[in-house]
Amino acid sequence: MAGVFASVGNWFNERAPGLLPFYRKHMTEYYAPKNFNFWYYFGVLAFVVLINQILTGIFLTMFYKPSAAEAFSSVEYIMRDVEWGWLIRYMHSTGASLFFVVVYLHMFRGLLYGSYKKPRELVWLIGMLIFLALMAEAFMGYVLPWGNMSFWGAKVIISLFGAVPLIGDTLVTWIMGDYLPADATLNRFFALHVVALPLVLLLLVVLHVFALHEVGSNNPDGVEIKKGPKGNRWSDKAPADGIPFHPYYTVHDLVAIGFFLLLAAFIIFFAPTFGGWFLEHDNFIPANNLATPEHIKPVWYFTPYYAMLRMIPAKLPGVIVMFLGIAVLFLMPWLDRTKVKSIRYRGLGYKIALGLFAVSFVMLGAVGAGVTAETIPVWFGAEADVTSIENLFGRFWTVVYFGFFLFLWIYTHFGFEKTRPVPERVTTHE
Amino acid sequence: MNKPMTNHNPFKTLLARAGIALIASLGLSGGAFAAAGAGLQQANVTLTDVASMQRGARLFFNYCSGCHSLEYVRYSRMAEDLKMDPKAVEQNLIFTGAKIGDHALNNMSVEDGTRWFGKAPPDLSLEARAKGVDWIYSYLKSFYLDPTRPLGWNNTVFPNASMPNVLWELQGLQVAVTRPGSGGQDPHVERLEIRTPGRMDEQAFDGAVRDITAFLMYTAEPAALKRESMGVWVLLYLAFFTLLAYLLKHEFWKDVK
Repeated sequence: MAGVFASVGNWFNERAPGLLPFYRKHMTEYYAPKNFNFWYYFGVLAFVVLINQILTGIFLTMFYKPSAAEAFSSVEYIMRDVEWGWLIRYMHSTGASLFFVVVYLHMFRGLLYGSYKKPRELVWLIGMLIFLALMAEAFMGYVLPWGNMSFWGAKVIISLFGAVPLIGDTLVTWIMGDYLPADATLNRFFALHVVALPLVLLLLVVLHVFALHEVGSNNPDGVEIKKGPKGNRWSDKAPADGIPFHPYYTVHDLVAIGFFLLLAAFIIFFAPTFGGWFLEHDNFIPANNLATPEHIKPVWYFTPYYAMLRMIPAKLPGVIVMFLGIAVLFLMPWLDRTKVKSIRYRGLGYKIALGLFAVSFVMLGAVGAGVTAETIPVWFGAEADVTSIENLFGRFWTVVYFGFFLFLWIYTHFGFEKTRPVPERVTTHE
Repeated sequence: MNKPMTNHNPFKTLLARAGIALIASLGLSGGAFAAAGAGLQQANVTLTDVASMQRGARLFFNYCSGCHSLEYVRYSRMAEDLKMDPKAVEQNLIFTGAKIGDHALNNMSVEDGTRWFGKAPPDLSLEARAKGVDWIYSYLKSFYLDPTRPLGWNNTVFPNASMPNVLWELQGLQVAVTRPGSGGQDPHVERLEIRTPGRMDEQAFDGAVRDITAFLMYTAEPAALKRESMGVWVLLYLAFFTLLAYLLKHEFWKDVK
C-alpha cells in the first residue's frame, strides 16, 4: 500500500515539482509561534464558515428561484419540500451571522496584539478588503429571500447612494435597475451574491493567507519569532519559538472547530431564528412595497454602522460618517505609531481606549438594532422623549468610536504612551 | 432627632431601574416581534401535542380556510406530520375539491377578498413566524362587537382589523367595557366581556384557540417537528468528535515545550 502512495507521489512530483514545496511552505514548514491563545482560533473558524457558506450555497442555488415572483415561495419550497432543505438553509443563514461573529473577533484580536503593525500592514489591508466584500456579500444575500425586510432593507441601503451629490438619484436607479427594488434588482444581486463576490472573497482570502505566510504570524506577546534565535527540532534555520503549522496547529484548531460546530449546531437545531436576530420575523412576510415594517433595521452585524447613520441628522453627512467608521480601520497601521505590538506591554491608555472602543461598538449595535428605543421607556419612564435620549446616547458612543482613533494617534505620535519592556522570547505556552 | 429612613434614595432607584432595563433588554428587540404590543397573553403551545394540532387543523379548515389559504402546506404532508388518515383529511378537511397532494389554497380570489374586506385575507402559512404564537392566540380571543366597523367587529390586539370574529358561535358575543377618553380622545377599552354565551365556556374556547395556534405554529415550520430530536444526536456526535480532537491535540502537543 505504501508503495502505491509513493509511486503516485512520484508521478506527481515529476510532473508538478512545485506542489510539494508549496504544501511544505504553507503547512508542514510554516513555523507558527507556539504561544497562540484563544484569540487565534477565529481565522481558521472564518475559513470553516466560508467553506460552509460555499457548499450550502451551491445546494441552495439548485432550488432557489432568483425572481421577484418566485423567490419567497422557492425559499419555503426549500424549507418544506426539498429533502434536508431546511437544514441546508439554516446552515447557510446561521453561517452568515456566525461569519460576522468570528470576523469581528478576528479583527479585535488584531487590535489586541497589534497584528496590523509592521511588517503585517498588507495582511491587515487585505483583511479589511475581505471585510468590505463580506459586508456586500451579506447584504445581497439578505435580499434574496425577498421577504418584507429584504425589500425594505434593500430600499434603505441602496438609497444611501442617493446621497452622492449630482448623480445620486441616477446612481440609485442604475443600481436597482428599476425605480424600486424589484425583479431586476433581485436578479443582479443573485448574480453578485453567488458568482462575483464569492470569487472576490476567495481570491482575497488566498492573498490574505499568502501575505501572512510571507511575514509570519504575530502572537499574543507581539514578539517577532523570526528575529529571535534560530533552530528547533525540525529545522536549524527555523525560529526557535516556532512549531510546524501542520500537524501542531491543525490538531489544535480541530478542537476549536469542534466547539464552534457544537455552538453552530445548537443554533441550527434549537434556535435557527435566534429569537429574531439571525432570521427576522418581518422576513417571513413576502416583500410588499405598500406595507412598511414597523422598524426597518438591518441584521445585527450591520447595526453599529447603521446607528452612526441614524444618529447624524442629515443624509450625506450620515453616510459619510458611516463609511468613515469602516474606512478609518484601514488606517490603523499608520495611526498607531507605537512599536510595541501586544496589549500586554502597552500603556494603560491603550488598554482603556480599546476597552471603550469595544463598548462603543456594542452600544452602537444596540442603538442600531432598536434595543435602546425599547429600553429607554423602562429607564426613564413611559413619558420619556425616546428619540432625543437615544440620539444623545448614540452620538456619545459615535464620538467614543471615532475618539479611539484620534486618541490613538495623539497618544502614540507625541510619545505619551509608557510601554513596558517586551521579552526577547515568547512567554507563555501550554 | 431621628430622620426616618426613606426608600427614595435616587441612586438606589437608578440601580433598580438599570437592573430592570438590563433584564428587559435581554429578551427584547432584534428579538421582539414588530406587532407585539403590550399585554399579549401567553399561548403556551408546543409541537409535542399532536392531538392539539389535529384539533387545530379541524378548526382551521372549518372556520378559517374559507378566506385564508395555507399556500405552502400540502394536505398529504400535513396528514403525515400530524398523524392523520389521508382519507379522513380528504373527506373532512378538504372543501375546495383539491387533491391530497395539493397545497391548501382556497377559492377566494384576491380581487374578491379586497372587495369584500377592504384587504384580501392574507395567507397564514407563516403567520406564527411573522407575528408570533402569542399574538395569534391573543388576537383570536380579542374580538368585540363594534357597530362603527363595517362588519360590526373590532379587535383590541389589532385595532380596526377588517376580519370579523369567525369563532363567535364558539366564543359567544364579546363586548368592550370602555372608559371615556380624556380630552376628546376615543374611549379607552378597559376589558372585554361575554354578553351572549356561545357554545363553549371560556376555558373550552381558550383551548380551541390554543389548538388553532398550535396548528399554525406547525404550518409555519414543519421541519421543527423533527429538528430538535435530530439536533440532540448531532450535538452528541459533535461532543464526541471534539473530545477525540482534544485527545489528539493533547497527544501531539506533549512534546511542545
